[in-house]
Amino acid sequence: MKTRRDFIKVSAAGAGAAAIGLSALNWNGVNKAQASNSQHPVSDEEMTSFPTYCEVCFWKCAGWTYVDKSNNIRKIIGNKEDPHCSGRLCPRGTGGVGMYTDNDRLKTPLIRETVDGKQGFRKASWSEALDLVASKMKDVSENHGPESFALFNHGAPGAHFKHLLHAYGSDNEGEPAWAQCRGPREVGFSATYGSWIGSPEPTDIRDTDCLVLIGSHLGENMHNGQVQEVSTAIERNATIITVDPRLSTIASKSKYWLPIKPATDLALLLSWIHVLIYEDIYDKKYIEQYAIGFEQLKDHVKNMTPEWAYGITTIQPDVIRKTAREMANASPSVIVHPGRHVAWYGDDSQRERAIAILNALLGSWGKRGGFYFKEAVKVPSYPHPKYPHPHWSWKDNLDGKYPLSAMGITTELLKASIPEFDYKHQIKAWIVAGTNLPLTIPNKELFQLAAESVDFIAVVDTMPMDITGYADVILPECTYLERYDTIRSAPHREPNIALRMPAVEPKWESKPSWWIAKQLGERLGLGSYFDYDDFSEVLDWQLKQMGTSLDEMQKIGIKIFPRKSGPLYLGDGEEYSFNTNSGKIELYATEFEDHGFDPLPKFTKHPEPEEGFYRLIYGRAPMHTFSRTSNNPNLHDLMDTNSVWVNPKVADLWDLEKGQKVWLQNQDGVVSTFPIKVRITERIRWDSVYMVHGFGHNNKKLTRTYGRGASDANLITNIMVDPMMGGTGMRGNFVTFLTTDPGMEVEI
Amino acid sequence: MRYGMAIDTAKCVGCSDCVVACQTENNVPIGYCRDWIVENVNGSYPNVEIELRSERCNHCENSPCVRCCPTGASHIIDGGIVMVTHNECIGCGACIQSCPYDARYSHPDGYVDKCTFCHHRLEKGQNTACVEVCPTRCLHFGDLDDPYSDVSKALKNRTWKVLAPEAGTKPQLFFLT
Ligand code: SF4
Ligand code: SF4
Ligand code: SF4
Repeated sequence: MKTRRDFIKVSAAGAGAAAIGLSALNWNGVNKAQASNSQHPVSDEEMTSFPTYCEVCFWKCAGWTYVDKSNNIRKIIGNKEDPHCSGRLCPRGTGGVGMYTDNDRLKTPLIRETVDGKQGFRKASWSEALDLVASKMKDVSENHGPESFALFNHGAPGAHFKHLLHAYGSDNEGEPAWAQCRGPREVGFSATYGSWIGSPEPTDIRDTDCLVLIGSHLGENMHNGQVQEVSTAIERNATIITVDPRLSTIASKSKYWLPIKPATDLALLLSWIHVLIYEDIYDKKYIEQYAIGFEQLKDHVKNMTPEWAYGITTIQPDVIRKTAREMANASPSVIVHPGRHVAWYGDDSQRERAIAILNALLGSWGKRGGFYFKEAVKVPSYPHPKYPHPHWSWKDNLDGKYPLSAMGITTELLKASIPEFDYKHQIKAWIVAGTNLPLTIPNKELFQLAAESVDFIAVVDTMPMDITGYADVILPECTYLERYDTIRSAPHREPNIALRMPAVEPKWESKPSWWIAKQLGERLGLGSYFDYDDFSEVLDWQLKQMGTSLDEMQKIGIKIFPRKSGPLYLGDGEEYSFNTNSGKIELYATEFEDHGFDPLPKFTKHPEPEEGFYRLIYGRAPMHTFSRTSNNPNLHDLMDTNSVWVNPKVADLWDLEKGQKVWLQNQDGVVSTFPIKVRITERIRWDSVYMVHGFGHNNKKLTRTYGRGASDANLITNIMVDPMMGGTGMRGNFVTFLTTDPGMEVEI
Repeated sequence: MRYGMAIDTAKCVGCSDCVVACQTENNVPIGYCRDWIVENVNGSYPNVEIELRSERCNHCENSPCVRCCPTGASHIIDGGIVMVTHNECIGCGACIQSCPYDARYSHPDGYVDKCTFCHHRLEKGQNTACVEVCPTRCLHFGDLDDPYSDVSKALKNRTWKVLAPEAGTKPQLFFLT
């Protein structure tokens, strides 16, 4: 095995370690001047505010960045006009300022070099780093074709690098948002209603009478607008039904908490469908008018009684009946929520189908308190020459596998990077922008093998993440508070757009992604695709086409447009054609049938933990986004590590004490790189353990978060792939406790 | 005029937005806080309950911290807000000891600090930073003497509790249950 791509830290050793545990004190010491101001909080009038939309997660709330007279960013406050946030950012958005102030940020371009047989990074100028990336892109294009250059991305930088890659001749791009996250629900809902759910979800929680959550933990998952609407649902005494093996925050606020045996949700969903149909409490009029396949469905679920489901799910039959009736009573003002991260067990598109069917039986799609018809404003694209047509794309490698994948599958792009997989078309080099692959993609071994196999990796990020350790060239991006980006136009009740503009100059030598992409483009002879000096010209052009201007948007930040697509909801008995094969809601999915998949969802049993092992469940904390935020000084201050939640009975069995550090070992013998603290709590089932995703960072340059907590992603080595769309089901992993130090070798 | 706050524990999700918003608004140094979250878990699986609440200085009418302050730095101003004049504070910490709610902390610059009900914002007719940011809108603030204030309306028709009533401090924070 080649060692060239050893994981290496971003610069010389040392300093970081001392700061661990002392961060708060160090911080105060360094920022004495800042601390001294505290007697006089700066009033809003003494500051200037600049519009932005948040990039701490991908809900993209619009807000105002407040800058004081000495050009310090003091705070970020939500934009009151914004339907994503109604003037209130979530804790991560409020703490977004820490993304800017973090001293661990990438400060200059860095290039990998070997000195006396030792690999390291050296500082480089922008022109040297860009020349190098461009020359590699030329090499790849000449020797293998541009298609062999792949992009992994997440968030705003993605748009700029997609444009670059398309101009260059490749559309091999993947983001974890598809295969690792929400792909299955888009497939399931699209087969049923001919429409994706998308983000933000068009769930009309604001007006719902009954909200059903399947493992989705809103309130810990802090997608802002939804959480705010859930709060109004609580206030209105709406019925909330939460299905989760863990007493999540929202479960504790629900009228019904169904502490289901993990991996059995589909059985519960099918039995709910059974009750609605066989108790004759579904929305007959709606189904008759809008749906096809009812008789097949009825027949299909005939034996899927609550008693049948009880044996599988451990949920009492009377609870199943009672909750089904609650939904029917609320119909059509009821939402069986599709969830967001739903890549769990490999049959996820089918579970999502069952959710979609359930909603149809309740008549909630297109109804007040159910799902509204979303609408977005179309942003005209800035004129540029036509993109060349790539000769192949990731889909051609699949040989008909995963026919319903609509976006690049990250794990397939990784496999195409490894010659041993013998894919028809090989990936030779990557740009990774804004996604920390090693802590995001399950099966780290696959990632590592791929990283070792490719000829070249360029990483664009604001922080020295685990991924930057694999780079040949690191390009430091400035944070969202320091740059222009593309216009936010996300579907909502009212179409709207939001502007992100810099509030301050980029710190150190960091640069916006639009600039990096343009510089690379020009070096590749693709200057005509980047026909502007500053991205603000692009924005002004686009905004003027839309009847506003950069000038106006800089003052208002967000603009709401009138709807053009018709009302939010279906009128009573209104004619409506769905974008499916039949033009109807397909209870029986002909799209699935055409591809040789079950047109009606079937329950399959998933593997269970062996004696002494516990199912690894992971989730989110309200103050963190994946692994992006754990080093953010403000957010680290709110939560500085994760812990493993253990039921007291299990703790007894293992003699575990509160706060004790353990290592976790999974079914394949993989041990967590770092130990994790035990949290003994009644909030988790005895057959499972739980941890917050995004900790266990392995880059020492992250002085606050390095080595804190364990990474769930590293313990996820059994991947149950969704045959329809390539989703990587991650909840079939089981861990046991190691109470003595297994002497893990830390990689850097 | 008597300022008070109601915290709706049925809605609070413990997200800590109120904490970080207070830190940025009031320049509270990282590592310290004027407000914080308490999570209580009761019962055993699957009959478990959680209470989440956002806590801060109770701005007690009968405030032990003010009584024990040797310099008069801790005092009560109009509206019943308990304040600390930083340059009169000698950092002796007697108030920290006396507070039944652990609401005060020693600022690294050598004085004692705590929640001011965002007095500088109230003066300008703005609401407190934590109330303004809370995504679940579970914090209600205002004049308890005014029946139409946000806090008075929140307290009406709901049951509530105060913390450590046995301390006799007459706290002005009310937790809706
Ligand atoms: S939900 Fe929070 S982190 Fe996400 S965009 Fe909104 S404020 Fe930012
Ligand atoms: S911001 Fe609101 S919901 Fe979040 S912890 Fe504070 S009080 Fe609770
Ligand atoms: S009222 Fe102001 S000072 Fe007090 S906790 Fe809230 S934000 Fe902080």
